[in-house]
Amino acid sequence: MSIKVQNLTKEFDGRKVLDNISFNVEQGEILSIVGFSGSGKSTILKILSGLLQPDSGVIDIDPGDVAMVFQYSALFDSLSVFDNISFALQERKEFKGKYSKEELKEIVRNSLNIVGLSGIEDKFPHELSGGMQKRVSLARAIVTKPQFILYDEPTAGLDPVASTVIEDYILHLRKETKATSIVVTHQMSTIKRCSDKLIMLYDGHIVFRGTPDELLKQDNPYTKQFVSAAIEGPMKIAAYGF
Amino acid sequence: MSDIVSYIKESLTYQITLTILKQVREFFETFGLIAYRFFEVLKYIFTMQISMKQLIEQASRFAVDSLPITLSIVSMTAIILAMQVAPEMVKQGGKDYIGLLVSLTMVREIGVIMSGFAIISMIGSSQASELATMRVTEQIDAMKVLKVSPFKYLFVPRVLAGFIMMPFVVIISSTFGILTAGLTAMAAAKDVTWLCYISSVWQGLYIRDINIMLFKSACFGGCISLISSSCGYDAQGGAKGVGIATTKAVVWSFVAIVIIDCIFAVAFYF
Repeated sequence: MSIKVQNLTKEFDGRKVLDNISFNVEQGEILSIVGFSGSGKSTILKILSGLLQPDSGVIDIDPGDVAMVFQYSALFDSLSVFDNISFALQERKEFKGKYSKEELKEIVRNSLNIVGLSGIEDKFPHELSGGMQKRVSLARAIVTKPQFILYDEPTAGLDPVASTVIEDYILHLRKETKATSIVVTHQMSTIKRCSDKLIMLYDGHIVFRGTPDELLKQDNPYTKQFVSAAIEGPMKIAAYGF
Repeated sequence: MSDIVSYIKESLTYQITLTILKQVREFFETFGLIAYRFFEVLKYIFTMQISMKQLIEQASRFAVDSLPITLSIVSMTAIILAMQVAPEMVKQGGKDYIGLLVSLTMVREIGVIMSGFAIISMIGSSQASELATMRVTEQIDAMKVLKVSPFKYLFVPRVLAGFIMMPFVVIISSTFGILTAGLTAMAAAKDVTWLCYISSVWQGLYIRDINIMLFKSACFGGCISLISSSCGYDAQGGAKGVGIATTKAVVWSFVAIVIIDCIFAVAFYF
């Protein structure tokens, strides 16, 4: 179950956010998409998950579920952890009535166990820490056994330890679900630990393709600027209105 | 030539025209979206794609939670009406018609429209801000990615709850209003008795009036929920976006129920 993207283009208000972007992700691989804020990373995820339509380009995602872990978890704040995780199983047409209450409880318990949580089924999102919300969000994403998991800045806003925990679970989920994953991030630890390969975006184009090791070693002005977090370089930060 | 164009573009008339055209475009966009969502909701209702759990929760919120404020507003309006009308009618020899006047006013107009205003301020604004918050915190996006239709889960239960529960709210509040108006009339004018008031309540009231009231209130309820949900659903940005969406929902709902009220008045009483 691979993901193939060819010549993807998307424009917002006359500005090309994505300009002929092409990449492949093989089954079970984790691809990281990196780049400065506003470079179109999240737009790619929104297009792959069906939230946005591309202006042009071909997206070949093998049939199957796409799950997404949102930057700020996007848990339903009026629902308990149990209802959040079992939401798709309770409300989606194809699952409706398929599981009894006891079966749902078991599925939710197992999903929570996979992300290292237990006994919080009755809590509400506002009662959880940021890291726990992220893990509940991971549990919600995997409950339907998706073949593709998209992570939108999964470690953003977390402390370094919580970030490491989330990175571990991303790797753990890959092992458990064999899912093909795309991780949008600009955190170096996530890039190094979680990615099999990565692409770097700037001004709507891919300016680097390779492995995390190549990102650190290659003599590419874009990657150099990104890794060293330098203001001076080929990537003009002012272009994003900073 | 370019000087003329830039002169025109800088002129106040041009700017005002542009602003008006933008407002008109936004009006038609919002109207079109509400109309589209109305038909989408109908599609889900007729194909019985309804989340019953959500429907019960929304119905409870719509009717039970809003009742105290609705009863207060309608009864206060009825009290004001009785206070101003009763002494004058007694002076003019019309004490036997006070109940008739109050009941007709309550059933045909005040009970429904005042309940509508109360529901907009309490339920409509809360529905709009809830959906707007869900939109800006990506909860609606998460719902779509989980392949659950926001129409089915968010719109249908709210619109149906409004359509079903609003008549109950209006019946209870109107009845309460008529009773409190009677007590006020007795206090405001010495010659008015409870028996005299209650017996005149039924004199000019027909089943047709009550049927129209029920249908009108159902339309108000569905309309308030549809507009509020739609405005909240289209929210953009952060806290400011939620505020704008809520204001828009309240304003649009107020205008819509007044227009629907006019249509009913013309269709049934003109």
